[in-house]
Amino acid sequence: MNDVLVLAEHLNGELKDVTFEMLAHARGVADASGTKVAAVLLGSGVGDLAERLAQQADEVLVRDHDGFAHYNSAVYQPVLADVIRGREPSVVMIGHTAFGVDLAPSLAVALDAPLASDVIDLAVEGSDLVGTRQTYGGKVNERVGFGGAAISLVTVRPAAFAPEEASRGGSVVALDTEVPDEPAFRRFVEYVEAAAGEVDITKSDVVIAIGRGIKEEENMPLITGLAELLGGVVACSRPVVDAGWLPKDRQVGSSGKTVKPKLYVAIGVSGQFQHVAGMKSAETIVAINKDPKAPIFQAAHYGIVGDLMKVVPALTEKITELRA
Amino acid sequence: MNIVVCVKQVPDTAEADVRIASDGSGIEMEGLPLQINESDNYALEEALLIKEDRDGEVTVITLGPDSSEEVLRMCMAKGATEAVRLADPAFDGGDAWATANALAKAIGGMEYDLVLTGCMASDDGMTQVGVTLAEMLGVPHATYVTEMEIGDGAVTVGRELEGGLLEKLEIKLPAVVTIQTGINEPRYASIMGIAKAAKRDIDTKAASDLGLDTAEAGKAGSKTTLLGLDYPPAGEGAEILDGTPAEASTKLADVLKEKGFA
Repeated sequence: MNDVLVLAEHLNGELKDVTFEMLAHARGVADASGTKVAAVLLGSGVGDLAERLAQQADEVLVRDHDGFAHYNSAVYQPVLADVIRGREPSVVMIGHTAFGVDLAPSLAVALDAPLASDVIDLAVEGSDLVGTRQTYGGKVNERVGFGGAAISLVTVRPAAFAPEEASRGGSVVALDTEVPDEPAFRRFVEYVEAAAGEVDITKSDVVIAIGRGIKEEENMPLITGLAELLGGVVACSRPVVDAGWLPKDRQVGSSGKTVKPKLYVAIGVSGQFQHVAGMKSAETIVAINKDPKAPIFQAAHYGIVGDLMKVVPALTEKITELRA
Repeated sequence: MNIVVCVKQVPDTAEADVRIASDGSGIEMEGLPLQINESDNYALEEALLIKEDRDGEVTVITLGPDSSEEVLRMCMAKGATEAVRLADPAFDGGDAWATANALAKAIGGMEYDLVLTGCMASDDGMTQVGVTLAEMLGVPHATYVTEMEIGDGAVTVGRELEGGLLEKLEIKLPAVVTIQTGINEPRYASIMGIAKAAKRDIDTKAASDLGLDTAEAGKAGSKTTLLGLDYPPAGEGAEILDGTPAEASTKLADVLKEKGFA
Protein backbone atom coordinates (compact mmCIF):
# COMPACT_ATOMS: atom_id res chain seq x y z
CA MET A 1 0.00 0.00 0.00
CA ASN A 2 0.97 3.61 -0.49
CA ASP A 3 0.41 6.57 1.81
CA VAL A 4 -2.78 7.64 3.50
CA LEU A 5 -3.50 11.20 2.43
CA VAL A 6 -5.69 13.40 4.63
CA LEU A 7 -7.20 16.59 3.23
CA ALA A 8 -7.00 19.31 5.89
CA GLU A 9 -10.20 21.31 6.26
CA HIS A 10 -10.05 24.78 7.72
CA LEU A 11 -12.07 27.97 7.90
CA ASN A 12 -11.14 31.42 9.17
CA GLY A 13 -7.64 30.33 10.16
CA GLU A 14 -8.74 27.30 12.17
CA LEU A 15 -8.41 23.64 11.34
CA LYS A 16 -11.63 21.68 11.74
CA ASP A 17 -11.78 18.93 14.38
CA VAL A 18 -12.52 16.35 11.70
CA THR A 19 -9.03 16.94 10.28
CA PHE A 20 -7.39 15.75 13.51
CA GLU A 21 -9.84 12.88 13.85
CA MET A 22 -8.93 11.73 10.33
CA LEU A 23 -5.21 12.07 11.03
CA ALA A 24 -5.58 9.89 14.13
CA HIS A 25 -7.46 7.20 12.24
CA ALA A 26 -5.12 7.49 9.26
CA ARG A 27 -2.28 6.65 11.64
CA GLY A 28 -3.92 3.32 12.46
CA VAL A 29 -4.42 2.53 8.77
CA ALA A 30 -0.83 3.53 7.94
CA ASP A 31 0.59 1.47 10.82
CA ALA A 32 -1.44 -1.56 9.74
CA SER A 33 -0.07 -1.31 6.21
CA GLY A 34 3.45 -0.08 6.90
CA THR A 35 2.95 3.26 5.19
CA LYS A 36 2.93 6.94 6.09
CA VAL A 37 0.39 9.62 6.82
CA ALA A 38 0.51 12.73 4.65
CA ALA A 39 -1.72 15.76 5.05
CA VAL A 40 -2.51 18.08 2.17
CA LEU A 41 -3.31 21.67 3.01
CA LEU A 42 -4.62 24.16 0.46
CA GLY A 43 -5.07 27.69 1.71
CA SER A 44 -3.92 31.27 1.75
CA GLY A 45 -1.50 32.32 4.50
CA VAL A 46 -1.66 28.94 6.21
CA GLY A 47 1.94 28.43 7.33
CA ASP A 48 1.00 28.10 11.01
CA LEU A 49 -1.69 25.55 10.17
CA ALA A 50 0.93 23.50 8.32
CA GLU A 51 3.14 23.48 11.43
CA ARG A 52 0.19 22.37 13.52
CA LEU A 53 -0.58 19.51 11.10
CA ALA A 54 3.05 18.40 11.13
CA GLN A 55 2.58 17.39 14.79
CA GLN A 56 0.22 14.68 13.59
CA ALA A 57 1.36 13.85 10.04
CA ASP A 58 4.64 12.45 8.72
CA GLU A 59 4.50 14.92 5.88
CA VAL A 60 2.42 18.01 5.19
CA LEU A 61 2.01 19.06 1.57
CA VAL A 62 1.11 22.73 1.44
CA ARG A 63 -0.05 24.84 -1.45
CA ASP A 64 -0.25 28.38 -0.11
CA HIS A 65 -1.95 30.54 -2.71
CA ASP A 66 -4.42 33.43 -2.59
CA GLY A 67 -6.68 31.44 -4.92
CA PHE A 68 -7.58 29.43 -1.83
CA ALA A 69 -8.71 32.44 0.24
CA HIS A 70 -12.12 30.81 0.37
CA TYR A 71 -13.34 27.34 -0.55
CA ASN A 72 -14.44 26.69 -4.09
CA SER A 73 -14.67 23.08 -5.27
CA ALA A 74 -14.05 24.24 -8.83
CA VAL A 75 -10.58 25.48 -7.75
CA TYR A 76 -9.80 22.80 -5.15
CA GLN A 77 -10.75 19.86 -7.33
CA PRO A 78 -8.26 20.24 -10.22
CA VAL A 79 -5.41 21.10 -7.83
CA LEU A 80 -6.13 18.15 -5.57
CA ALA A 81 -6.50 15.83 -8.55
CA ASP A 82 -3.00 16.92 -9.68
CA VAL A 83 -1.50 16.40 -6.23
CA ILE A 84 -3.15 12.99 -5.86
CA ARG A 85 -2.04 11.82 -9.31
CA GLY A 86 1.50 12.85 -8.43
CA ARG A 87 1.58 11.17 -5.01
CA GLU A 88 -0.56 8.13 -5.76
CA PRO A 89 -1.78 7.60 -2.18
CA SER A 90 -3.72 4.39 -1.58
CA VAL A 91 -6.49 6.27 0.08
CA VAL A 92 -7.56 9.91 0.40
CA MET A 93 -9.55 10.91 3.49
CA ILE A 94 -11.85 13.94 3.29
CA GLY A 95 -14.27 15.12 5.99
CA HIS A 96 -17.94 14.27 5.46
CA THR A 97 -18.81 17.94 5.87
CA ALA A 98 -20.48 20.55 3.68
CA PHE A 99 -17.01 21.08 2.21
CA GLY A 100 -16.19 17.40 1.68
CA VAL A 101 -19.60 16.46 0.33
CA ASP A 102 -19.30 19.24 -2.27
CA LEU A 103 -15.81 18.17 -3.29
CA ALA A 104 -15.26 14.42 -2.95
CA PRO A 105 -17.70 13.05 -5.56
CA SER A 106 -16.39 15.40 -8.23
CA LEU A 107 -12.82 14.49 -7.32
CA ALA A 108 -13.73 10.80 -7.59
CA VAL A 109 -15.00 11.33 -11.15
CA ALA A 110 -11.89 13.33 -12.09
CA LEU A 111 -9.68 10.50 -10.78
CA ASP A 112 -11.99 7.71 -11.95
CA ALA A 113 -11.75 6.40 -8.38
CA PRO A 114 -14.17 4.70 -5.98
CA LEU A 115 -15.64 6.76 -3.16
CA ALA A 116 -17.22 5.51 0.05
CA SER A 117 -18.98 8.37 1.81
CA ASP A 118 -19.64 9.05 5.47
CA VAL A 119 -17.46 6.18 6.71
CA ILE A 120 -17.23 5.51 10.43
CA ASP A 121 -14.36 3.07 10.06
CA LEU A 122 -11.61 2.30 7.58
CA ALA A 123 -9.65 -0.90 8.06
CA VAL A 124 -6.93 -2.83 6.27
CA GLU A 125 -7.91 -6.46 5.68
CA GLY A 126 -5.11 -8.37 4.01
CA SER A 127 -4.10 -6.08 1.17
CA ASP A 128 -7.56 -4.52 0.89
CA LEU A 129 -9.18 -1.48 2.39
CA VAL A 130 -12.63 -1.89 3.86
CA GLY A 131 -14.86 1.00 4.81
CA THR A 132 -17.79 0.83 7.22
CA ARG A 133 -20.70 3.20 6.81
CA GLN A 134 -24.19 3.47 8.25
CA THR A 135 -27.47 3.19 6.41
CA TYR A 136 -31.16 3.48 7.34
CA GLY A 137 -30.57 6.23 9.87
CA GLY A 138 -27.88 4.31 11.74
CA LYS A 139 -29.80 1.03 12.04
CA VAL A 140 -27.62 -0.99 9.66
CA ASN A 141 -23.88 -0.97 9.06
CA GLU A 142 -22.59 -1.58 5.56
CA ARG A 143 -19.08 -2.84 4.76
CA VAL A 144 -17.76 -1.42 1.52
CA GLY A 145 -14.84 -2.58 -0.64
CA PHE A 146 -13.03 -0.55 -3.26
CA GLY A 147 -12.53 -3.23 -5.93
CA GLY A 148 -8.74 -3.18 -5.60
CA ALA A 149 -8.46 0.36 -7.01
CA ALA A 150 -5.00 1.96 -6.88
CA ILE A 151 -6.46 5.12 -5.34
CA SER A 152 -9.61 5.12 -3.19
CA LEU A 153 -11.51 8.02 -1.66
CA VAL A 154 -13.49 8.18 1.55
CA THR A 155 -15.39 10.93 3.29
CA VAL A 156 -15.19 10.50 7.05
CA ARG A 157 -18.02 11.19 9.51
CA PRO A 158 -17.11 13.96 11.94
CA ALA A 159 -16.62 12.79 15.55
CA ALA A 160 -16.38 9.13 14.45
CA PHE A 161 -12.79 9.00 15.71
CA ALA A 162 -10.96 10.53 18.64
CA PRO A 163 -8.06 12.82 17.80
CA GLU A 164 -4.61 11.80 19.11
CA GLU A 165 -2.13 13.77 21.15
CA ALA A 166 1.12 13.72 19.23
CA SER A 167 4.19 15.77 18.46
CA ARG A 168 5.76 14.01 15.55
CA GLY A 169 7.48 16.92 13.91
CA GLY A 170 6.66 15.78 10.39
CA SER A 171 8.14 17.61 7.44
CA VAL A 172 6.40 20.49 5.68
CA VAL A 173 6.74 20.45 1.91
CA ALA A 174 5.67 23.43 -0.19
CA LEU A 175 4.01 22.42 -3.44
CA ASP A 176 4.06 24.48 -6.61
CA THR A 177 1.01 22.89 -8.24
CA GLU A 178 -0.65 25.29 -10.67
CA VAL A 179 -3.73 26.95 -9.18
CA PRO A 180 -6.36 27.98 -11.73
CA ASP A 181 -8.27 31.26 -11.47
CA GLU A 182 -11.73 31.00 -9.98
CA PRO A 183 -13.87 30.01 -12.97
CA ALA A 184 -16.81 32.16 -14.06
CA PHE A 185 -19.09 29.13 -13.85
CA ARG A 186 -18.78 28.93 -10.07
CA ARG A 187 -18.05 32.14 -8.25
CA PHE A 188 -17.87 32.63 -4.47
CA VAL A 189 -20.00 35.55 -3.30
CA GLU A 190 -19.87 35.72 0.51
CA TYR A 191 -20.29 33.97 3.82
CA VAL A 192 -23.38 34.96 5.78
CA GLU A 193 -23.44 34.42 9.55
CA ALA A 194 -26.75 33.36 11.06
CA ALA A 195 -28.62 36.19 12.76
CA ALA A 196 -28.88 35.94 16.54
CA GLY A 197 -32.29 34.84 17.74
CA GLU A 198 -34.40 35.72 20.78
CA VAL A 199 -33.06 32.87 22.88
CA ASP A 200 -29.46 31.67 23.00
CA ILE A 201 -29.79 27.91 23.62
CA THR A 202 -26.03 27.58 24.17
CA LYS A 203 -26.31 29.62 27.39
CA SER A 204 -28.85 27.44 29.20
CA ASP A 205 -27.96 24.75 31.78
CA VAL A 206 -31.04 22.76 30.82
CA VAL A 207 -32.04 22.06 27.22
CA ILE A 208 -35.21 20.18 26.30
CA ALA A 209 -34.98 19.13 22.67
CA ILE A 210 -37.76 17.83 20.50
CA GLY A 211 -37.57 15.99 17.20
CA ARG A 212 -39.71 14.47 14.51
CA GLY A 213 -41.50 12.35 17.14
CA ILE A 214 -43.49 15.39 18.29
CA LYS A 215 -45.63 14.80 15.16
CA GLU A 216 -47.90 17.86 15.44
CA GLU A 217 -47.31 21.51 16.27
CA GLU A 218 -50.26 21.24 18.67
CA ASN A 219 -48.12 18.99 20.90
CA MET A 220 -45.51 21.70 21.50
CA PRO A 221 -47.05 23.11 24.74
CA LEU A 222 -46.37 19.75 26.40
CA ILE A 223 -42.66 20.34 25.87
CA THR A 224 -42.71 24.03 26.71
CA GLY A 225 -44.39 23.14 30.00
CA LEU A 226 -41.67 20.63 30.92
CA ALA A 227 -38.96 23.09 29.93
CA GLU A 228 -40.46 25.81 32.13
CA LEU A 229 -40.70 23.39 35.04
CA LEU A 230 -37.02 22.47 34.71
CA GLY A 231 -35.93 26.04 34.04
CA GLY A 232 -34.69 25.15 30.59
CA VAL A 233 -35.02 26.23 26.99
CA VAL A 234 -36.71 24.35 24.16
CA ALA A 235 -34.41 23.30 21.33
CA CYS A 236 -34.90 20.85 18.48
CA SER A 237 -33.52 18.71 15.70
CA ARG A 238 -33.74 19.59 12.02
CA PRO A 239 -37.24 18.29 11.11
CA VAL A 240 -38.86 20.67 13.61
CA VAL A 241 -37.19 23.67 11.95
CA ASP A 242 -38.06 22.33 8.48
CA ALA A 243 -41.70 22.15 9.58
CA GLY A 244 -41.49 25.77 10.73
CA TRP A 245 -42.42 25.01 14.35
CA LEU A 246 -39.24 26.52 15.82
CA PRO A 247 -36.75 29.02 14.37
CA LYS A 248 -33.39 27.90 13.00
CA ASP A 249 -31.52 29.30 16.01
CA ARG A 250 -33.10 26.56 18.17
CA GLN A 251 -31.60 23.77 16.07
CA VAL A 252 -28.98 21.59 17.74
CA GLY A 253 -26.56 19.80 15.44
CA SER A 254 -23.77 20.17 12.94
CA SER A 255 -25.62 22.70 10.79
CA GLY A 256 -27.08 24.42 13.87
CA LYS A 257 -25.80 25.04 17.40
CA THR A 258 -23.48 23.03 19.61
CA VAL A 259 -24.69 22.93 23.21
CA LYS A 260 -23.03 21.62 26.38
CA PRO A 261 -25.72 21.99 29.06
CA LYS A 262 -25.77 20.22 32.42
CA LEU A 263 -28.97 18.44 31.37
CA TYR A 264 -30.13 17.59 27.84
CA VAL A 265 -33.47 15.85 27.40
CA ALA A 266 -34.04 14.57 23.86
CA ILE A 267 -37.72 13.89 23.27
CA GLY A 268 -38.80 12.16 20.05
CA VAL A 269 -35.33 12.77 18.60
CA SER A 270 -34.00 9.74 16.68
CA GLY A 271 -30.38 10.79 17.13
CA GLN A 272 -28.92 11.11 13.65
CA PHE A 273 -25.19 11.83 13.83
CA GLN A 274 -25.71 15.43 12.68
CA HIS A 275 -27.82 16.03 15.80
CA VAL A 276 -25.62 14.06 18.20
CA ALA A 277 -22.61 16.12 17.04
CA GLY A 278 -24.27 19.16 18.61
CA MET A 279 -25.14 17.70 22.04
CA LYS A 280 -22.88 14.77 22.85
CA SER A 281 -20.85 16.80 25.35
CA ALA A 282 -23.84 17.54 27.60
CA GLU A 283 -23.22 16.38 31.20
CA THR A 284 -26.39 14.32 31.57
CA ILE A 285 -28.35 13.18 28.53
CA VAL A 286 -31.85 11.73 28.79
CA ALA A 287 -33.67 10.27 25.79
CA ILE A 288 -37.39 9.60 25.48
CA ASN A 289 -38.30 7.75 22.30
CA LYS A 290 -40.72 5.04 21.31
CA ASP A 291 -38.22 3.29 19.04
CA PRO A 292 -35.89 1.17 21.22
CA LYS A 293 -33.44 1.01 18.27
CA ALA A 294 -33.21 4.80 17.91
CA PRO A 295 -29.52 5.79 17.82
CA ILE A 296 -30.21 8.48 20.46
CA PHE A 297 -30.13 5.74 23.12
CA GLN A 298 -26.45 5.19 22.28
CA ALA A 299 -25.70 8.83 23.04
CA ALA A 300 -27.88 9.06 26.18
CA HIS A 301 -27.10 8.21 29.81
CA TYR A 302 -30.73 7.51 30.73
CA GLY A 303 -33.53 6.42 28.46
CA ILE A 304 -37.25 5.81 28.50
CA VAL A 305 -38.69 3.73 25.68
CA GLY A 306 -42.22 4.96 25.28
CA ASP A 307 -44.72 7.27 23.64
CA LEU A 308 -43.74 10.85 24.42
CA MET A 309 -47.42 11.81 24.55
CA LYS A 310 -47.75 9.57 27.61
CA VAL A 311 -44.28 9.88 29.14
CA VAL A 312 -43.95 13.67 29.07
CA PRO A 313 -47.22 14.38 30.93
CA ALA A 314 -46.35 11.67 33.49
CA LEU A 315 -42.87 13.12 33.96
CA THR A 316 -44.24 16.65 34.29
CA GLU A 317 -46.65 15.39 36.96
CA LYS A 318 -43.92 13.54 38.92
CA ILE A 319 -41.60 16.53 38.93
CA THR A 320 -44.45 18.81 40.01
CA GLU A 321 -45.16 16.36 42.85
CA LEU A 322 -41.53 16.34 43.93
CA ARG A 323 -41.57 20.12 44.02
CA ALA A 324 -44.79 20.28 46.08
CA MET B 1 -36.79 27.09 -18.14
CA ASN B 2 -36.60 23.29 -18.17
CA ILE B 3 -35.85 21.53 -14.94
CA VAL B 4 -35.08 17.88 -14.27
CA VAL B 5 -35.66 16.61 -10.74
CA CYS B 6 -34.02 13.35 -9.65
CA VAL B 7 -36.17 11.53 -7.09
CA LYS B 8 -35.91 8.28 -5.18
CA GLN B 9 -38.43 6.10 -3.44
CA VAL B 10 -37.23 5.09 0.02
CA PRO B 11 -38.67 3.04 2.88
CA ASP B 12 -39.67 4.92 6.01
CA THR B 13 -37.52 3.28 8.67
CA ALA B 14 -37.65 6.07 11.25
CA GLU B 15 -39.51 4.04 13.86
CA ALA B 16 -39.25 0.62 12.23
CA ASP B 17 -37.44 -2.47 13.40
CA VAL B 18 -35.10 -2.79 10.42
CA ARG B 19 -34.14 -6.40 9.59
CA ILE B 20 -31.33 -7.43 7.27
CA ALA B 21 -32.63 -9.73 4.49
CA SER B 22 -31.49 -13.36 4.65
CA ASP B 23 -29.49 -13.04 1.42
CA GLY B 24 -27.57 -10.14 2.98
CA SER B 25 -28.08 -7.85 -0.01
CA GLY B 26 -30.37 -5.38 1.70
CA ILE B 27 -33.12 -5.11 4.28
CA GLU B 28 -36.53 -6.77 4.57
CA MET B 29 -38.80 -4.30 2.79
CA GLU B 30 -42.09 -5.99 3.67
CA GLY B 31 -44.28 -3.83 5.86
CA LEU B 32 -42.18 -0.71 5.44
CA PRO B 33 -44.12 2.24 4.02
CA LEU B 34 -42.56 3.61 0.82
CA GLN B 35 -42.32 7.33 0.21
CA ILE B 36 -40.39 9.97 -1.72
CA ASN B 37 -36.99 10.71 -0.19
CA GLU B 38 -37.47 13.74 2.03
CA SER B 39 -34.97 16.15 0.47
CA ASP B 40 -36.12 15.09 -3.03
CA ASN B 41 -39.60 16.31 -2.08
CA TYR B 42 -38.14 19.74 -1.32
CA ALA B 43 -36.23 19.62 -4.64
CA LEU B 44 -39.48 18.91 -6.49
CA GLU B 45 -41.22 21.79 -4.72
CA GLU B 46 -38.38 24.15 -5.65
CA ALA B 47 -38.73 23.10 -9.29
CA LEU B 48 -42.50 23.61 -9.23
CA LEU B 49 -42.08 27.09 -7.71
CA ILE B 50 -39.64 28.04 -10.48
CA LYS B 51 -41.96 26.62 -13.14
CA GLU B 52 -44.89 28.66 -11.80
CA ASP B 53 -42.70 31.74 -11.97
CA ARG B 54 -41.06 31.20 -15.34
CA ASP B 55 -42.88 28.47 -17.27
CA GLY B 56 -41.11 25.48 -18.77
CA GLU B 57 -41.14 21.76 -18.14
CA VAL B 58 -40.44 19.89 -14.93
CA THR B 59 -39.31 16.34 -15.67
CA VAL B 60 -39.00 13.91 -12.78
CA ILE B 61 -36.66 10.98 -13.18
CA THR B 62 -35.95 7.97 -10.99
CA LEU B 63 -33.94 4.80 -11.15
CA GLY B 64 -35.88 2.21 -9.25
CA PRO B 65 -38.26 -0.74 -9.15
CA ASP B 66 -41.87 -0.82 -10.41
CA SER B 67 -43.12 0.52 -7.08
CA SER B 68 -41.18 3.76 -7.58
CA GLU B 69 -43.69 4.75 -10.28
CA GLU B 70 -45.94 5.72 -7.36
CA VAL B 71 -43.46 8.44 -6.46
CA LEU B 72 -43.30 9.66 -10.07
CA ARG B 73 -47.12 9.80 -10.24
CA MET B 74 -47.26 11.74 -6.98
CA CYS B 75 -44.76 14.22 -8.47
CA MET B 76 -46.96 14.58 -11.57
CA ALA B 77 -50.02 15.01 -9.36
CA LYS B 78 -48.26 18.00 -7.82
CA GLY B 79 -47.38 19.51 -11.19
CA ALA B 80 -44.39 17.75 -12.79
CA THR B 81 -44.97 17.66 -16.54
CA GLU B 82 -43.03 14.52 -17.54
CA ALA B 83 -41.83 11.39 -15.78
CA VAL B 84 -39.02 9.01 -16.67
CA ARG B 85 -38.12 5.75 -14.97
CA LEU B 86 -34.81 4.02 -15.61
CA ALA B 87 -35.98 0.43 -15.38
CA ASP B 88 -33.78 -2.55 -16.13
CA PRO B 89 -32.61 -5.52 -14.05
CA ALA B 90 -29.14 -4.47 -15.25
CA PHE B 91 -29.37 -1.42 -12.94
CA ASP B 92 -29.73 -3.61 -9.84
CA GLY B 93 -27.15 -3.35 -7.09
CA GLY B 94 -25.53 -0.20 -8.42
CA ASP B 95 -23.59 2.18 -6.19
CA ALA B 96 -23.77 5.98 -6.35
CA TRP B 97 -21.38 6.00 -9.32
CA ALA B 98 -23.49 3.56 -11.36
CA THR B 99 -26.69 5.40 -10.49
CA ALA B 100 -25.23 8.77 -11.43
CA ASN B 101 -23.83 7.31 -14.65
CA ALA B 102 -27.26 6.04 -15.74
CA LEU B 103 -28.89 9.35 -14.79
CA ALA B 104 -26.18 11.27 -16.68
CA LYS B 105 -26.81 9.22 -19.83
CA ALA B 106 -30.57 9.89 -19.58
CA ILE B 107 -30.37 13.58 -18.63
CA GLY B 108 -27.52 14.27 -21.05
CA GLY B 109 -29.98 13.54 -23.85
CA MET B 110 -32.57 16.02 -22.59
CA GLU B 111 -32.81 19.78 -22.99
CA TYR B 112 -32.39 21.15 -19.50
CA ASP B 113 -31.34 24.34 -17.75
CA LEU B 114 -31.26 23.03 -14.22
CA VAL B 115 -31.09 19.65 -12.50
CA LEU B 116 -32.29 19.45 -8.90
CA THR B 117 -31.75 16.54 -6.54
CA GLY B 118 -32.22 16.04 -2.83
CA CYS B 119 -28.96 16.49 -0.97
CA MET B 120 -29.02 13.02 0.56
CA ALA B 121 -30.99 9.78 0.29
CA SER B 122 -32.38 8.85 3.69
CA ASP B 123 -31.94 5.10 3.09
CA ASP B 124 -28.31 4.77 2.02
CA GLY B 125 -27.16 8.20 3.19
CA MET B 126 -24.74 8.42 0.25
CA THR B 127 -24.81 12.17 -0.39
CA GLN B 128 -23.00 11.50 -3.68
CA VAL B 129 -25.28 11.16 -6.69
CA GLY B 130 -25.93 14.88 -7.32
CA VAL B 131 -22.29 15.96 -7.48
CA THR B 132 -21.19 12.82 -9.35
CA LEU B 133 -23.96 13.47 -11.88
CA ALA B 134 -22.84 17.11 -12.32
CA GLU B 135 -19.26 16.07 -12.97
CA MET B 136 -20.36 13.39 -15.44
CA LEU B 137 -22.57 15.92 -17.24
CA GLY B 138 -19.70 18.42 -17.19
CA VAL B 139 -21.76 21.16 -15.52
CA PRO B 140 -21.19 23.12 -12.27
CA HIS B 141 -22.83 22.11 -9.01
CA ALA B 142 -23.76 23.37 -5.57
CA THR B 143 -24.72 21.21 -2.60
CA TYR B 144 -26.80 21.55 0.60
CA VAL B 145 -28.70 24.49 -0.86
CA THR B 146 -31.22 26.24 1.40
CA GLU B 147 -31.66 29.43 -0.67
CA MET B 148 -31.94 29.78 -4.40
CA GLU B 149 -32.54 32.67 -6.76
CA ILE B 150 -32.62 32.27 -10.53
CA GLY B 151 -30.83 35.01 -12.42
CA ASP B 152 -29.90 35.60 -16.05
CA GLY B 153 -28.21 32.37 -17.15
CA ALA B 154 -27.06 31.78 -13.60
CA VAL B 155 -28.37 30.89 -10.20
CA THR B 156 -27.34 32.39 -6.88
CA VAL B 157 -27.52 29.83 -4.10
CA GLY B 158 -26.98 29.74 -0.36
CA ARG B 159 -25.20 26.59 0.84
CA GLU B 160 -25.72 25.51 4.40
CA LEU B 161 -22.35 25.01 6.08
CA GLU B 162 -21.68 23.91 9.64
CA GLY B 163 -22.69 26.03 12.62
CA GLY B 164 -25.40 28.02 10.85
CA LEU B 165 -22.99 29.62 8.37
CA LEU B 166 -24.30 30.17 4.84
CA GLU B 167 -22.04 30.24 1.79
CA LYS B 168 -23.42 32.25 -1.11
CA LEU B 169 -22.19 31.49 -4.58
CA GLU B 170 -23.18 32.03 -8.14
CA ILE B 171 -23.16 29.20 -10.65
CA LYS B 172 -23.79 29.32 -14.36
CA LEU B 173 -26.62 27.35 -15.90
CA PRO B 174 -27.01 24.58 -16.79
CA ALA B 175 -26.10 23.25 -13.38
CA VAL B 176 -26.91 20.61 -10.80
CA VAL B 177 -28.12 21.86 -7.41
CA THR B 178 -28.68 19.55 -4.44
CA ILE B 179 -31.44 20.77 -2.17
CA GLN B 180 -31.47 20.63 1.62
CA THR B 181 -34.69 20.11 3.56
CA GLY B 182 -36.45 23.22 4.84
CA ILE B 183 -35.79 25.38 1.74
CA ASN B 184 -39.56 25.66 1.08
CA GLU B 185 -42.87 24.17 2.17
CA PRO B 186 -43.64 21.17 -0.03
CA ARG B 187 -47.23 21.14 -1.23
CA TYR B 188 -49.68 18.26 -1.06
CA ALA B 189 -51.18 16.83 -4.21
CA SER B 190 -54.83 17.60 -4.92
CA ILE B 191 -57.37 14.82 -5.38
CA MET B 192 -57.86 15.99 -8.97
CA GLY B 193 -54.11 16.05 -9.56
CA ILE B 194 -53.82 12.48 -8.30
CA ALA B 195 -56.65 11.33 -10.54
CA LYS B 196 -55.08 12.95 -13.61
CA ALA B 197 -51.61 11.63 -12.81
CA ALA B 198 -52.95 8.08 -12.55
CA LYS B 199 -53.69 8.17 -16.28
CA ARG B 200 -50.36 9.66 -17.36
CA ASP B 201 -47.64 7.70 -19.16
CA ILE B 202 -44.29 7.11 -17.61
CA ASP B 203 -41.43 6.92 -20.06
CA THR B 204 -39.40 3.84 -19.09
CA LYS B 205 -35.86 3.44 -20.33
CA ALA B 206 -33.66 0.34 -20.20
CA ALA B 207 -29.86 0.38 -20.13
CA SER B 208 -29.73 -0.18 -23.91
CA ASP B 209 -32.00 2.85 -24.49
CA LEU B 210 -29.32 4.94 -22.76
CA GLY B 211 -26.52 3.40 -24.80
CA LEU B 212 -25.25 1.73 -21.63
CA ASP B 213 -23.59 -1.64 -21.87
CA THR B 214 -24.70 -3.95 -19.04
CA ALA B 215 -21.07 -3.99 -17.83
CA GLU B 216 -21.39 -0.24 -17.18
CA ALA B 217 -24.65 -0.54 -15.25
CA GLY B 218 -25.70 -1.66 -11.78
CA LYS B 219 -23.37 -3.84 -9.75
CA ALA B 220 -21.03 -4.45 -12.72
CA GLY B 221 -20.75 -0.72 -13.38
CA SER B 222 -20.05 0.18 -9.75
CA LYS B 223 -16.76 1.40 -8.33
CA THR B 224 -17.44 0.16 -4.82
CA THR B 225 -18.61 -3.27 -3.67
CA LEU B 226 -21.01 -4.11 -0.90
CA LEU B 227 -19.17 -6.68 1.25
CA GLY B 228 -21.89 -7.21 3.80
CA LEU B 229 -24.43 -5.80 6.20
CA ASP B 230 -24.44 -5.97 9.99
CA TYR B 231 -26.32 -4.45 12.86
CA PRO B 232 -24.26 -1.75 14.55
CA PRO B 233 -22.59 -3.19 17.64
CA ALA B 234 -24.67 -2.34 20.70
CA GLY B 235 -22.62 0.14 22.62
CA GLU B 236 -22.91 0.71 26.32
CA GLY B 237 -26.00 2.73 25.61
CA ALA B 238 -28.37 4.42 27.98
CA GLU B 239 -29.57 3.01 31.28
CA ILE B 240 -33.16 2.23 30.34
CA LEU B 241 -35.70 3.25 32.96
CA ASP B 242 -38.47 0.75 32.36
CA GLY B 243 -42.07 0.25 33.37
CA THR B 244 -45.28 2.02 32.51
CA PRO B 245 -44.99 5.71 31.56
CA ALA B 246 -45.80 6.57 35.19
CA GLU B 247 -43.22 4.12 36.59
CA ALA B 248 -40.48 5.14 34.18
CA SER B 249 -41.23 8.81 34.82
CA THR B 250 -40.97 8.28 38.59
CA LYS B 251 -37.53 6.72 38.10
CA LEU B 252 -36.45 9.58 35.85
CA ALA B 253 -37.84 12.22 38.21
CA ASP B 254 -35.78 10.60 41.01
CA VAL B 255 -32.64 10.70 38.86
CA LEU B 256 -33.27 14.35 38.03
CA LYS B 257 -33.86 15.14 41.71
CA GLU B 258 -30.65 13.38 42.74
CA LYS B 259 -28.74 15.44 40.18
CA GLY B 260 -30.33 18.63 41.40
CA PHE B 261 -32.58 19.35 38.41
CA ALA B 262 -35.96 18.64 39.98
